[in-house]
Amino acid sequence: MIKVLFVLVIVVFLAQIVRVFEISSKIKNTKNEVSDSSNNINGIFLLISGIGLLVFFFWQRAEWMDQTLQISASEHGPIIDALWDTTMGLIIVVFLLLTPLLFGVAFYFRGRENRKASYITHNNKLEFFWTAIPAVILLALISYGLNVWGKIVNQDTSDAMVIEVYAKQFGWTARYSGLDNTLGAANVRFVGGTNELGVITENTKDKQIKDLEDKINKLENDLITISSAGKRKLIQQRIEKLQKKKNTLLTYFITTPKENLIAGEDDIVVKELHLPVGKKVLFKFRSQDVIHSAYLPHFRVQMNCVPGTTTQFAFTPTITTKDMKKELDNDAFEYVLLCNKICGNAHYNMQMKVVVETEEEYSNWLSNQTDKKIINL
Amino acid sequence: MSEHEHHEKENFFTKYVFSLDHKMISKQFLITGMIMGVIAMGMSALFRIQLANPGESSSILSTFLGRWAEGGVMSPDIYLSLVTIHGTIMVFFVLTGGLSGTFANLLLPLQVGARDMASGFMNMLSYWFFFASCVVMIISLFVQSGPAGAGWTIYPPLSAVPQAMSGSGLGMTLWLVSMALFIVSSLLGGLNYIVTVLNLRTEGMSMTRLPLTVWALLVTAILGVLSFPVLLSAALLLIFDRSFGTSFFLSDILVQGEVLSHAGGNPILFQHLFWFLGHPEVYIVLLPALGLTSEIIATNSRKPIFGYRAMIGSILAIAFLSFIVWGHHMFITGMNPFLGSVFVFTTLLIAIPSAIKVFNYIATLWRGNLQFTPAMLFSIALVSTFITGGLTGLILGDSALDINVHDTYFVVAHFHIVMGLSAIFGMLAGVYHWFPKMYGRLMNLKLGYAHFWGTFICAYGTFFPMHFLGMAGLPRRYYSNTAFPMFDNLLDINEVVSFFAIAGALFQVIFFFNFFYSIFRGPISSQNPWKSTTLEWTTPVERIHGNWPGDIPSVHRWAYDYSKPGMDEDFVPQIVPLKDGEEEHH
Ligand code: HEM
Ligand SMILES: [Cu+2]
Ligand SMILES: [Cu+2]
Repeated sequence: MIKVLFVLVIVVFLAQIVRVFEISSKIKNTKNEVSDSSNNINGIFLLISGIGLLVFFFWQRAEWMDQTLQISASEHGPIIDALWDTTMGLIIVVFLLLTPLLFGVAFYFRGRENRKASYITHNNKLEFFWTAIPAVILLALISYGLNVWGKIVNQDTSDAMVIEVYAKQFGWTARYSGLDNTLGAANVRFVGGTNELGVITENTKDKQIKDLEDKINKLENDLITISSAGKRKLIQQRIEKLQKKKNTLLTYFITTPKENLIAGEDDIVVKELHLPVGKKVLFKFRSQDVIHSAYLPHFRVQMNCVPGTTTQFAFTPTITTKDMKKELDNDAFEYVLLCNKICGNAHYNMQMKVVVETEEEYSNWLSNQTDKKIINL
Repeated sequence: MSEHEHHEKENFFTKYVFSLDHKMISKQFLITGMIMGVIAMGMSALFRIQLANPGESSSILSTFLGRWAEGGVMSPDIYLSLVTIHGTIMVFFVLTGGLSGTFANLLLPLQVGARDMASGFMNMLSYWFFFASCVVMIISLFVQSGPAGAGWTIYPPLSAVPQAMSGSGLGMTLWLVSMALFIVSSLLGGLNYIVTVLNLRTEGMSMTRLPLTVWALLVTAILGVLSFPVLLSAALLLIFDRSFGTSFFLSDILVQGEVLSHAGGNPILFQHLFWFLGHPEVYIVLLPALGLTSEIIATNSRKPIFGYRAMIGSILAIAFLSFIVWGHHMFITGMNPFLGSVFVFTTLLIAIPSAIKVFNYIATLWRGNLQFTPAMLFSIALVSTFITGGLTGLILGDSALDINVHDTYFVVAHFHIVMGLSAIFGMLAGVYHWFPKMYGRLMNLKLGYAHFWGTFICAYGTFFPMHFLGMAGLPRRYYSNTAFPMFDNLLDINEVVSFFAIAGALFQVIFFFNFFYSIFRGPISSQNPWKSTTLEWTTPVERIHGNWPGDIPSVHRWAYDYSKPGMDEDFVPQIVPLKDGEEEHH
């Protein structure tokens, strides 16, 4: 009720203002039309707002620039940052040229009763220059950009450490590929129990098949005692479903090449990413449900995780967490992996801690994870 | 006289509801678009309140959202739904239906010299399909499981699997139905616009004498007709995947502990289909605004538009390129890196025609006699946002740089400024400029100024700081930034943004008041209040069926003879024959 009244009051208030405008303009004999004085005032406002926009821009840079990601912590990071600085520099120069030009011209040529506009329709020479110059600059920018892009996507990954980054609603899991540096086969149909990532090996298969068989046996036992036809039918259906699932798993198992099955046995599944500094890693991304995006802003790394396929990104971390803490003078600093593709209600909180450490600390950590080996699950 | 003199007697329904007259249909589009705009703007105010005050209880939220904001705290699900519907409404209902629908309908027949659209009936259908799609979209806000929440880009599997989020249930179905209706509307309208421009031009109105508005609206319609069917097919395939068990976009999915029975599909395929429309769509939104403001800037500079042919050329170049750049939305989907390079190349090329347009605008102002009507101010503001927002496109179009700002607030800043603000400014400029043609009255000038300055300042205040949020790595579509310590220090930026966003929304009250007040009480307009050269200002102030009482005038010159030397007035309408010895500009 009060809100309705409030709105009404505003409307009446505005109506009164307009009436006042109208009456006063009748008295002063001005019309509801643009005049020299309104052109003057708006022209000056335009000039001020052009300057204001620049001031606002510089104020924001001074105020907030140090909250942006300044230091990159990967080998390709500085290459991207250099491209960024070049492009950003160019953009800022153009912005600082065109904004004052636009508002300045608008102010300078503000309408006056006795001013006559010039009849200028085109100017081929001028138009040629302002087409050619941007074209040349852009071609340079394109080739610079593609050069950087090539360096990032065409890295030699033959000696990179392979790690799987696995996404699901709403968390991350990592799988280290073990001594063979090869990830074993996996499929969402094998996810269950302790096998969170659906890795397919002899022992995970056995476990899952046994689970299914236990369930089937139990249901078959139930059948002996139950006589109601309706209930029997339901149970039989359930048994059929489990049988089918078992057959699917076996088919997947049989059609997977032997070496891919063995490769999975020494894989290690963990909830925190540890990376040795200075060593190239090749991330392989998978998702079990919807599209997620693995975003590691400090390393200038991002790649979508797409259900049904694997994607990848290679990079080399260059600064340990400890050194970064010092660099930023922030003891609480940690690298993180964020989700950056809308994936459901807890999207805003889908994260994993990333630790970059020395080779030694890393192998210490890794040797403590043997209980998370697939073979030991 | 013409057959339009003895029209059938009109009743309320044929005049205001099921009207076949393009001028009435244009007003229907405008009012509907404005209502949808208020809804979408209100939504942005609500989620900005959430972002600036994470976790705090607010009575505004509980009033508007009810059970979606228990205890005044917004739920994450409804946050995503609000963002999704906000984006959908703004892009499709306000800036496609509302903008093109209003001005193509109003201006095409009037500016090419036709009595109406090629098919009045199809035109009416186009509006009513639009209306139906708005209604379905609004209904979707009230379903039990909530409106669609997968983002306006509705990527599957999130949008395809109801178990994945609450908004992917009935809400998503309604979203798809609404969109299908919308596309039908847009196709009916678009075909009509194209045929009208190509076939119904009056005598002497050659293609190179057309005002730039007509060119822009024509090319927009062509873009729509070529790209919307692709979205329709994507939507249909998605409906099949959702409801009939097909696997176009789905494979090997485990959600809520259960493996779905889909296999072999590819979600990336959907993105290709979506962005094949999605990128041209941003130009469907932008080109009409550029067309309207070209006209307004020339008229109010009392000068010919600079580089008329270059303007047409750049519209065509932008339109052509817009079909081969869609991959820039997909650099990090795992797409083949070489394909990515191709899209970098085509994307950055668009900067050339865009730069030409900006230079031409500024050159038009140069040595003009600028009349700062509200329409003119909004047009100048459009040039400014087109510069500011367009420039950051050079970063997002460069795949190597996109790696780190893709899907962050940097993107939100970029597209709101270059597409959102530019198109909204163009639309507002159009409303102020052609209001006399729609309602025969003038809008109040001082309220127009107040509205302009408030809007302009708040617009930059809202969207400029978002670049910094993005450069700090803040992802978009985050319900709250509190889950990561690295974003803790961004709260003060968010507060600035929310302050200006809400102030900006309040300034629109002035506009709505001015608009509705002036419809009934504004001073009566003269026939040609802006001293313009184009044909629409040769029709009588009373807007009649058939537009011209007598014969349709024929055209003798281009649309930009402002301040031509040797003439008595500083404008020469297109209907005035060339004087002896006068040369027509080419
Ligand atoms: C009234 C002023 C507006 C404000 C304050 C506003 C604010 C926002 C914000 C903050 C977001 C991002 C939310 C998030 O990612 O979590 C957003 C999303 C969006 N807005 Fe706006 N916006 C406004 C007007 C517009 C206009 C005029 C357009 C037209 C192009 C528009 C189109 C979009 C789109 C397409 C999205 C993306 C939706 C998505 O992520 O699915 N907005 N808006
Ligand atoms: Cu996610
Ligand atoms: Cu695009």
